[in-house]
Amino acid sequence: MMSELTNHIYLDYAATTPLDPRVMEAMRPFFSQAFGNPSSIHQSGQAAEAAVENARQTIAEVFNCQPNEVVFTSCGSESDNLALRGASLAARQNTGANHLLISPVEHPAVSKTAVQLAEVFGFELEFLPVDKYGRVSPQSVAERLRPDTALVSVMAANNEIGTINPIDQIGEICRQANVAFHSDAVQAAAHLPFDLSRMNVDLLSIGAHKLYGPKGVGALIVRHGTPLLPTQTGGSQENGYRAGTSNVPYLVGQAEAFRLAVQEQPHRNARLTEMRDHLIRTVLETIPDTQLTGHPQERLPNHASFAFLGVDGNELLMILDAEGFACSSGSACKTGNPEPSAVLKALQLPDDWALGSLRVTLSHLTEDEHLESFLNILPEAVRRVRLLRGT
Amino acid sequence: MNLGLPAGAKVAVAMSGGVDSSVAAALLAEQGYDVFGMMLRLWSEPGRDAANRCCTPDAMARAKRIAAQLGIPFYVVDAKDVFRETVVEYFLDGYTHGVTPNPCLMCNRHIRWEFLLNRAIALGADYMATGHYARVQRLAHQPVRLLRGKDSHKDQSYVLAVLDQQQLDRAVFPVGEYTKPEVRSLAEKFKLPAARIKDSQDLCFLAGENYQDFLIRYRPQNAERGEIVNLAGEVLGEHNGLAFYTIGQRKGLGIAHPEPLYVIKKDSQNNILVVGTRDEMGRSELVAGGLNWVSGLPRAEPFTAEIKIRYSAAPVSGVITPLENQRIKVQFDQPLRDITPGQAAVAYQGEEAVVSGIIESELSPAENHKPVRLIQ
Repeated sequence: MMSELTNHIYLDYAATTPLDPRVMEAMRPFFSQAFGNPSSIHQSGQAAEAAVENARQTIAEVFNCQPNEVVFTSCGSESDNLALRGASLAARQNTGANHLLISPVEHPAVSKTAVQLAEVFGFELEFLPVDKYGRVSPQSVAERLRPDTALVSVMAANNEIGTINPIDQIGEICRQANVAFHSDAVQAAAHLPFDLSRMNVDLLSIGAHKLYGPKGVGALIVRHGTPLLPTQTGGSQENGYRAGTSNVPYLVGQAEAFRLAVQEQPHRNARLTEMRDHLIRTVLETIPDTQLTGHPQERLPNHASFAFLGVDGNELLMILDAEGFACSSGSACKTGNPEPSAVLKALQLPDDWALGSLRVTLSHLTEDEHLESFLNILPEAVRRVRLLRGT
Repeated sequence: MNLGLPAGAKVAVAMSGGVDSSVAAALLAEQGYDVFGMMLRLWSEPGRDAANRCCTPDAMARAKRIAAQLGIPFYVVDAKDVFRETVVEYFLDGYTHGVTPNPCLMCNRHIRWEFLLNRAIALGADYMATGHYARVQRLAHQPVRLLRGKDSHKDQSYVLAVLDQQQLDRAVFPVGEYTKPEVRSLAEKFKLPAARIKDSQDLCFLAGENYQDFLIRYRPQNAERGEIVNLAGEVLGEHNGLAFYTIGQRKGLGIAHPEPLYVIKKDSQNNILVVGTRDEMGRSELVAGGLNWVSGLPRAEPFTAEIKIRYSAAPVSGVITPLENQRIKVQFDQPLRDITPGQAAVAYQGEEAVVSGIIESELSPAENHKPVRLIQ
């Protein structure tokens, strides 16, 4: 028996989103009707192959790149793994490059892969500085690039604090130095347009489930001329970059989700930004000892994140859930371990602030009255968690 | 089963993934209360493979699955630091002072029924339930009574008699109304995966290790060799460190003696192990301190009661005489051989737990309990 969550108000769209019914409809035929393997010769295979290639074409149009630059994967984390491991190892193979440069606020799919590359594969890993908003400056990248730099990875927008990075300029610096540049755009691509023909990004990770597509599907866009070794070897699917039978319905769903998102983005973002700013303003006004984390303007349109002094973030989430609101502390950490997140540590937030983090992420489907009821309950929830301090 | 709670009351259940707390949750959910599950993440030694027995990843996964099956929300609360400071320190200090502490008492009073209960209250709970075999009785205009569980073999009121009235006011023990076999068949009836999980008796934070090794790692002085003497003060041999001996122990003393000898006392100040014959072990009275009068109303006059001197001991009859400074004297009708300083003495009248105190030795008086602070 699943609990009925009809009265629950979901404000955690950066964690995941519900499937758009239109996406579900697009996917439906490919489970049992057009179920073929795209690699098969016969007509059943041909139908499936056509669906996969149409999906590839759609993604290429959305990001303004070539279809054969789109490598489908099983999720954003896999895309990050492929980019980091694949590009680092290829650069080393080609030129002996051995230096990795990443931001200290990357998603673990990037940072843990980089740490493994350092610890197991002997790469030299260097972290870029960030400002108090968690932003990487292009200048700091320029200062640290070396002739033996194999890869630079800076996320497009941060999942925990919503801050948007100037990845176009960072990419330009990397391009001039002839160093591959990867950006994790799993969060950003759900909300912001990407015109890769005008950007200097060599590798871009995306995923479908942050924008009303299915979980378990993503892509890595690999611009022509970017050296990359496959990390999952086997059949020659995905240009030899990623072996394994294509997950046809999910690839179709991902393409449809991106197609709809791009089409509806201006409308969605206008509403999101207005709600977000109202949310941020009200929280800062109504709750003492509160600060916004991340950049006040240069942030995802649906993303608000806060730190409350003297609050246990996990306890706050539990109280909010018990009151009927689903939020996050920033990273989807359910271990109950009271450790400040690496991102908030990188912002040099003191522990008694960093432990009290809250992320509220909206949808264009969020109703005003739901947001209002959340804003009404939050001060009392924070007050209650503060009461627990020292008990 | 009538727990006497108002209809629709919101009840937090402290879940462990084990059969008793799972059945407690299922019974409450079945009766239509607004139930949610909570689980404590407790301390175990960093870097050891095995986690705290009360919250292994397996147990946590099982508790989550059970909560999902019952359709109730489930929250994990981190209590590592407060558990380490409160419960583990108590355990280490007790042994180091030559007594045999019962850390479960501290856990119940300050972790489950203070730290966790406060978080349950913050989540909106009116009551908190656990899977203990005990009962509470709420009568109008009277203190809440703590009664033995219906299953006399499993009764756990002994470790709950440290709770005060504000804690008992919030307490619900749904399985206290049943016997263990009944609880197992209820688990089958509710199709709970915990139905066949075995109970464990070890201290949860030892992670399967024996307590002596653990103790010596944190308090190495407990492994210092010293003299073994008899009651007359004659030196009979050498001990390997007081940590390795418990009151009443006969085997492993390494002394050749015409009569069997037993550990009678651990003098930690002088690092001396005192042994004696079986007859010398018997004592017919004890003094206990750090009292908790369950009703909240200390008695001044002597009274007869049945007394349990450790969790697994059978109750024996005797007379309780209140002394000054939160202490009582207990005189037993028959001498007892296993009176162990550091353990609780709990006095019952009929089914009701009246008072709990920590058995003192002349060398180690019991400290008074820290007061409990609940949020409103």
